[in-house]
Amino acid sequence: MGSRAKLRLVFLHLPIAEISVNIFVIIGMGAAVGFLSGLFGVGGGFLITPLLIFYNISPAIAVATGANQVIASSFSGALAHYKRRTIDLKLGTMLLIGGTGGSLIGVWLFGLLRTLGQLDLAVSLLYVVLLGTTGGLMLNESIRSLIASRRSGGAPASLRRPGTHNWVHGLPLKMRFPASRLYVSVIPVLALGFFIGILAAIMGVGGGFIMVPAMIYLLRVPTNVVIGTSLFQIMFTAAVTTVLQAWTNQTIDVVLAFLLMIGGVIGAQFGVSAGRKLRGDQLRALLAILVLAVGVRLGLELVVEPDALYSLASPTGEVE
Amino acid sequence: MSPAPSARSAPAIWRRVLATIAGFVLVALVAGMGARAQTGQTGASTAQESFEIGLSTNRIGITSDFNGATLTVFGAIGNADMRILRQQRYDIVVALFGPRAPVVVREKERFFGIWLNRAQETIRDAPNTYSVASTRELRDITSAATLRRLQLGIDNLRIDGSTPTLGETEMTEADRTRFDKALRQIKTGDDLYVQAVGSVRYQAAESTLFRAELVLPPDLATGEHVVRAYLFREGAVVGQQRQILTVRKVGFQAQVDQFATRYAFLYGVFAVALAIVTGWLGRVIFKRD
Repeated sequence: MGSRAKLRLVFLHLPIAEISVNIFVIIGMGAAVGFLSGLFGVGGGFLITPLLIFYNISPAIAVATGANQVIASSFSGALAHYKRRTIDLKLGTMLLIGGTGGSLIGVWLFGLLRTLGQLDLAVSLLYVVLLGTTGGLMLNESIRSLIASRRSGGAPASLRRPGTHNWVHGLPLKMRFPASRLYVSVIPVLALGFFIGILAAIMGVGGGFIMVPAMIYLLRVPTNVVIGTSLFQIMFTAAVTTVLQAWTNQTIDVVLAFLLMIGGVIGAQFGVSAGRKLRGDQLRALLAILVLAVGVRLGLELVVEPDALYSLASPTGEVE
Repeated sequence: MSPAPSARSAPAIWRRVLATIAGFVLVALVAGMGARAQTGQTGASTAQESFEIGLSTNRIGITSDFNGATLTVFGAIGNADMRILRQQRYDIVVALFGPRAPVVVREKERFFGIWLNRAQETIRDAPNTYSVASTRELRDITSAATLRRLQLGIDNLRIDGSTPTLGETEMTEADRTRFDKALRQIKTGDDLYVQAVGSVRYQAAESTLFRAELVLPPDLATGEHVVRAYLFREGAVVGQQRQILTVRKVGFQAQVDQFATRYAFLYGVFAVALAIVTGWLGRVIFKRD
């Protein structure tokens, strides 16, 4: 702590998190994650939250503030897609209706887990399971596609196989989504939105890393509208989550979120231009490796004996 | 002292020097008057020492650039017995008790291969921070019983919410729960409980003026902190003083905090708006498409 006192100007005391942080570390974190989110078209919440926790921000604040930061990056991305008309607004709105319900349940669950003292565990477990499965599935798919494209002489394999239908397409209450050229039941759409809403609240993520593969593989949405629509939905889900978290749990640190956003917005610019140099399947393989790595890292933490067996918390459940 | 002053600007140093001088003058005046009053009462031969302290500040504001601070406690022994002073048998202990509140200590256990929080215990009255400064090693100053009674030393802090009663059985190290021990260990490891030997210094050899430097951590809790100072003469308490130090968020910090708690919903809406504006500005400035 003595050495921390040396560089006084670099440190900022956060009003809600109530700890002193290095401004450049936080902006750097935002920039690194922004780069990746620009590169892969995801919000990056799944990276920000663990990074903040690693930097001693209490999990409750890290999760809620992560959701706040996600709005900035997804708004920025969604705007670009809106101009290019690669957003299916109708599909996005249906996802959003499900998402709002999910956020409400999620924020309530968040408070409950916090009082039970199991919030950290729930967050880590969800991360491990979801990052592990999506990372694994994506890696598997992208490697197949990489091999296939090499065989077929460089042309990237199409993700969408028209005509192939799965169980999702047998459900009732069908609805037409013209922008996606899709005729599908609203049940899986609402359910997916609902599920992502819960995740957004508990994990502080927009849910892009789940949403994108689910839309491609489950709903068979064309790849060109997937990212725009997912960003559109994530932005609103994260916004709802942010307001609910601020309202019920008072865990949003606006100063912390703002620093992350600044870094994120700058980093994203470089990410996008780097992304243009890579092919779709290569990008997916890289994202899969990243997602898997974060999942494995968090998984190890659960299994390996911790350095500190004891932790302090206030009786309301806030981790100190 | 922490290595903090290396980066301090010149005016800050001068301010500190001035504050130090002013502090000593003030304390010396007060002590002098106290001593005179007492000699008048009791007569010179069996004179009781007087003991006065002053804080460099009674109020600390947590601002955005708050990164810990040093609290200087000035003091003076009035009517000191020169023989005892020369033999250095006057000792001073200054302790700063942070605001007390219940704390839950959780214990992780392996459960089906996963480490999770299982057992827990609420410690009812643990000070958020605690800092003690003394002229010598605490156990060389007075008896263990006195140290426990006055809660001097991290191991002697009373954190279970009980009040000392006459003839109570002595709490030994072994009687403490593992949660109690863990709390002290964590707080000490985080520099929130600090015990600094030799950090109370006399102005000069055989001087009756002293100063103690207490280091306040960057994660200082808001609320009322209590400074307690004790003067020991050959192991017996002959003087004690108590002062309050108020810590609160000020300026921007306080405004954000109040906004977030009083107008929680609006604060959330504001956070969303801020994110949207930042995201939009990012696009405008960089013109990605």
